[in-house]
Amino acid sequence: MLEQILIQTINGIVVGLILALVASGLTLIFGIMDVVNFAHGELFMLGAYVGVITLAGTGSFWLALVVATVVVAALGAAIYVTTLRPLLGRDPLNTILATFGVSLVLQNYALWQFGPVARKIQEPVTGQFPLFYLDYPWYRLVIALLSAAIIGALWLFLKFSTYGVWIRATTQDRVMAQAMGIPVPRVLTIVFAIGAGMAAASGVLFGPLVGVNHAMGLDWVLKAFIVVVVGGMGNLGGSIAAAIFISLMEAYASLWVSPAQAIIVSFVVLILTLLIRPTGLFVPTPK
Amino acid sequence: MTRRHTLVFWTGFCVVVALLVVAPFALPEFWRRFLTEILIWGLLAMSSDILIGYTGMVSFGHSAFFGLGMYGAAAALLTSRPPSLWLAFFYGLLAAAAVAAFVAYFSTRLRDIYFAITTLIFSQIFYVIIFTWTDVTGGENGLNFSRPALAIPGLFSLPFTTLTLYWFVLAVLTVSYLVLRRITHSPFGMVLQSMRENEARTRAIGYPVERYKIVAVMLSGLFAGLAGVLYAIQNRFAAPDFVFFLVSGEVVIYNVMGGIGTLVGPIVGAATFLLLREGLSRLFPYLASVAAEQGIALPGLAEFPHLIPLGIIFIVIVIFMPQGLLGFARRWLNR
Amino acid sequence: MTAADRSDPLVRLEDVHTFYGKSHILHGVSLEVRRGEIVGLLGRNGVGKSTTLKAIMGLVHPTRGAILLEGQSIGHLPAHRLARLGIGYVPEDRCIFRLLTVSENLRTGLDGRGVSEARKKQLLDLVFDYFPVLAERRGQAGGTLSGGEQQMLAIARAMMLEPKIILLDEPTEGLMPRMVSQIRNIIHVLRREGVAVLLVEQNVPLTLETSERVYFMEKGQVRHHAAAADLAADHAVVHRYLGV
Repeated sequence: MLEQILIQTINGIVVGLILALVASGLTLIFGIMDVVNFAHGELFMLGAYVGVITLAGTGSFWLALVVATVVVAALGAAIYVTTLRPLLGRDPLNTILATFGVSLVLQNYALWQFGPVARKIQEPVTGQFPLFYLDYPWYRLVIALLSAAIIGALWLFLKFSTYGVWIRATTQDRVMAQAMGIPVPRVLTIVFAIGAGMAAASGVLFGPLVGVNHAMGLDWVLKAFIVVVVGGMGNLGGSIAAAIFISLMEAYASLWVSPAQAIIVSFVVLILTLLIRPTGLFVPTPK
Repeated sequence: MTRRHTLVFWTGFCVVVALLVVAPFALPEFWRRFLTEILIWGLLAMSSDILIGYTGMVSFGHSAFFGLGMYGAAAALLTSRPPSLWLAFFYGLLAAAAVAAFVAYFSTRLRDIYFAITTLIFSQIFYVIIFTWTDVTGGENGLNFSRPALAIPGLFSLPFTTLTLYWFVLAVLTVSYLVLRRITHSPFGMVLQSMRENEARTRAIGYPVERYKIVAVMLSGLFAGLAGVLYAIQNRFAAPDFVFFLVSGEVVIYNVMGGIGTLVGPIVGAATFLLLREGLSRLFPYLASVAAEQGIALPGLAEFPHLIPLGIIFIVIVIFMPQGLLGFARRWLNR
Repeated sequence: MTAADRSDPLVRLEDVHTFYGKSHILHGVSLEVRRGEIVGLLGRNGVGKSTTLKAIMGLVHPTRGAILLEGQSIGHLPAHRLARLGIGYVPEDRCIFRLLTVSENLRTGLDGRGVSEARKKQLLDLVFDYFPVLAERRGQAGGTLSGGEQQMLAIARAMMLEPKIILLDEPTEGLMPRMVSQIRNIIHVLRREGVAVLLVEQNVPLTLETSERVYFMEKGQVRHHAAAADLAADHAVVHRYLGV
């Protein structure tokens, strides 16, 4: 029993880190431009597909990871400029709907282009190591490390680079950022691109664990939203903590119920958060 | 409302209803059923307008109300011998009301985006429960049942035909519209709209905003459940797909496309969307076959998903016609 | 600076109208500020003084009329371009970046503009000279500073961009009387550095002391204009437009 719990702990952390990668982009976007990006799951899905194609073409998983991130980041920038920038300043409902429309288009495009049959991405690192009574795949640890590394890189970027400080300033006060000469329109486009790129990277990393198909974004969008709300919208550290927390809870729950039902755990966490501490469970109380 | 306005309105109303009554005579079977479905979705969209358009609360939970109405009706139709129409309504509305009460509670505690996301999650909670509780709900496959007759026990029993069912649904929609119109034009409706404009001020004036919200959610949920019951009766099955949050998203799309805050707008939006979808889904295979006849091979055209141009049209409407089709028409007419 | 430089207006507003939704806020504002000049803008609450500053800063775009910077029309330009063209803005409520450190607040406007590290350091040192308190707190988050310190940070931040004109919106609001003389000193420093100032204030004595000319606004328009020296003697005008 203890072994099962420990294994689920590791599983929970692995999935949690990927979820954190997806959710970070979402919360970054929301924090800076109040946009709830419904199309985020589709960016995740397209990243996985671009990964599939690149892998098939070049045979290199790592190249696939890089290409997918860059391509989808560019796509994200394009989506922002054409669909979201015109809606700046309007009621937030409009952006929810616009991104919903975008997700419809992207999902169906993937269905048309790639068909309904799931594809597979080969793991770059095969082999397992004995963990208690299981043979635990090395690859899962690789994903966890990579996700953590990417998130760490993001944190460093935000803290120390020029654009990072611009992003933080714009998130805090968009108007004053402009008055300081920060090119806010460019910053917003870049943030959306970063969010999209991170979603794509998660898609490629997660690909080997599940099949890649056009509907894979739906589940993730929902979970990512829950994570973002529980973590505190716009709060990067909170999202990461929430992602791991929720994934752990789900992993433990799946010891007793089926995975399809385990998701109810995250729903319950969300509802409790909204009732008790709506600004986010992991947001430090302001002094 | 000025007398002239009232006159224009009622004239228009009677004309539209009359047209709808005779429409099925001019249409083949498939389109009669299609029109019935449009009316049902229109009812669902209209119910959602109470929250989105009048109270200013965006809800992605209508698939839950709709779905529970559907499953409630299913329960009645599977357990009553002979299947009872009125029991279907009763169970369906009861189920929808129960969910609505639940959502109503949260509506008083949460605002804006948090409320929207919570309602979305609720749809999913019900989806998961229905999907996995196979014994009771039939799980993935849903439930099949037979259509009840229009009956008053002991007096008469008239099985529905496509035509009579259409008129029945039209009658329900028309009555619902009139009822909702009465309500939104009443002092109650005025308070809702004032809450949409500025909730803090409405509360400051002294209105118990929480209570109004609860009533608005219950009202909206009941009519959505009504649509669910009608859908169950028409199609004779209930499936978890209808509880999935995407359905709620589509409902919001109908609202925005048609124009929120108008009651009629969402119906127009639903009709437009569904007609466009049907049309586009036939267009591409048609184009592909025309091209094939000319000897041009356009691989993939036949399967081109009609939802792509539909999605793009929707995005364009959101960006350029924020008042929806009705608002656009209104501005154009006023020029 | 030659006499000719000083007489060409640096910033000029000609019949500027702005709207907020359907509300007509500015009903045709005309004023000008010359290079290196300190100009006051007085009026009751809600007459459109802050909106005038926002219009100059490009945060609000005029629906009618022209805003000129050194003769060039700028009314349609976005705020971040105007900041780089030499317009500095210190809003009501200071609005410093609370979660950024004092240093980050000061530097962020200069980053990514091809300004050399040496020049950035120079400007920082200059600013720290004028505001030693900020030097002490350079690593602290902006939100931890006191009201007066935040006001200094807001002004210092604008100065870092080496602006030609600084728009000051009620800098003494909410500050202790002791800090008001600090503000007076800062305005003198700005004059010394040749930076023009358009000063919106409720503190009439401070405005009359530091400004060379004063405009009076009422209901979205400029209604009166006088040299500060003349106003010091004549209180009737001040009473009329401020009800003080």
